[in-house]
Amino acid sequence: MSEESKRELLFRAIFERNPIALLVLGICSALAVTGNMATALVMSICLTLVVACSGAIISALRHHIPNTVRIGIQITIIATLVILVDQILKAFFYELSRQLSIYVGLIITNCIVMGRAEGFAMSNPPGRSFIDGLGNGLGYSFVLLAVAFWRELLGAGTLFGHTILATTRREGWYEPNGLMLLPASAFFLVALIIWLLRVIYPEQREE
Amino acid sequence: MADRENSFRSFYTVLLLALVCSALVSGAAVGLRERQEANQRIDQQKNILRAAGIYRVGVDVEQLFAGVEARVIRLRDGSFVSPDKIDPGQFDQLRAALKPQTSRELSRQEDLAGLGRLEEYALIYLVRENGRLQKVVLPIRGRGAWSTMHGYVALAADLNTVAGATFYRHGETPGLGGEIENPGWLAAWRGKQVYDRRNQPALRVIKGDAPEGDEGRHQIDGISGATMTLKGVSNLLEFWFGEHGFKPFLERYREGGLDDE
Repeated sequence: MSEESKRELLFRAIFERNPIALLVLGICSALAVTGNMATALVMSICLTLVVACSGAIISALRHHIPNTVRIGIQITIIATLVILVDQILKAFFYELSRQLSIYVGLIITNCIVMGRAEGFAMSNPPGRSFIDGLGNGLGYSFVLLAVAFWRELLGAGTLFGHTILATTRREGWYEPNGLMLLPASAFFLVALIIWLLRVIYPEQREE
Repeated sequence: MADRENSFRSFYTVLLLALVCSALVSGAAVGLRERQEANQRIDQQKNILRAAGIYRVGVDVEQLFAGVEARVIRLRDGSFVSPDKIDPGQFDQLRAALKPQTSRELSRQEDLAGLGRLEEYALIYLVRENGRLQKVVLPIRGRGAWSTMHGYVALAADLNTVAGATFYRHGETPGLGGEIENPGWLAAWRGKQVYDRRNQPALRVIKGDAPEGDEGRHQIDGISGATMTLKGVSNLLEFWFGEHGFKPFLERYREGGLDDE
């Protein structure tokens, strides 16, 4: 594989090699926190920070990590970062941390983080690993926010809690689509995004 | 001997990393604890104020809370416990429910709310205005679909009309059972009556919308997709307003009022 420029490294993970759409990783949290925009946004920021930083740290240590225990070491570093993020959220953004509840902790088991650590950071320098992590985090964020946008808009008639479509429950005209509030609706939306991306980038199609 | 050297190196690398990581994690936990506990306390107070309907965005929570008096009551007979015996500022009701010395096991029949153990004392809040009692805020909790739901119900001075309610901690599905914390839904609790004419706790959540007016005075609108959670809410209301909950306290003070206490 030729060396991509840093710019390419950052942007290719958003559309061309999106971790959710192409690699189908991290689906679990994509279903769980996309009921509204606010939680999706915070989750995106947390995950992007963790992927980028864990990539940089693991990459910096990659010559010292014994091959036999590398997965354990990666998990330890990732878990440490996630706990730090969780503690900071609890101390400074209490309301949001309550809404995200267990999902911040579950970043530890998010396949994207481990996937980038094992697949990229172990064989690339820290700077590039950081950018790769950032790109993948942004790719994840793009899908999360796109899903949350439609789920909150169609499911509750709001965006970031502000009323966009006045619902019938509050004497408006819009009958909310209850399906959109169910986690399963994220499957349909993720599938639509995958379909769209594969129309634009035909090379993503699987034979 | 390369293998042996390698396994030693692995061991030391892992040990070093574990030490560094645990130092970081415990450092963050200890360093931020004070802030987190302050947040939790403010959040608790905010929820009590919200249940009482006197929370205002932008006004300092501690300042608003100054008008709220915390009191400890004995659940069995509903009497007030003097602050000399149990300091309301230090009393932790949930912790008391876990300790065998300060709680008792509920029988299967009694345990409508799925609590397991019930504490001897409860921490309630009195809201006064110009010396007259306006509202009483009572802590409630019980099993929902997946989790224990914690909340408050505020009653007006007649100790029967609901003045407000909140759920501040639960693990119900966001968007479904999690809607119990939706302020729009909780607003519909206001004005409902807890006890019926035979003085039995009658307040519960029904399927669909509650009828308007007198017919629906004990009924709270349902939430679609949250049947199991709302069953839990109905059960915990029945429990906490029943014999083992706050009924002795409410009956004791409904006649005489709470103004002199």
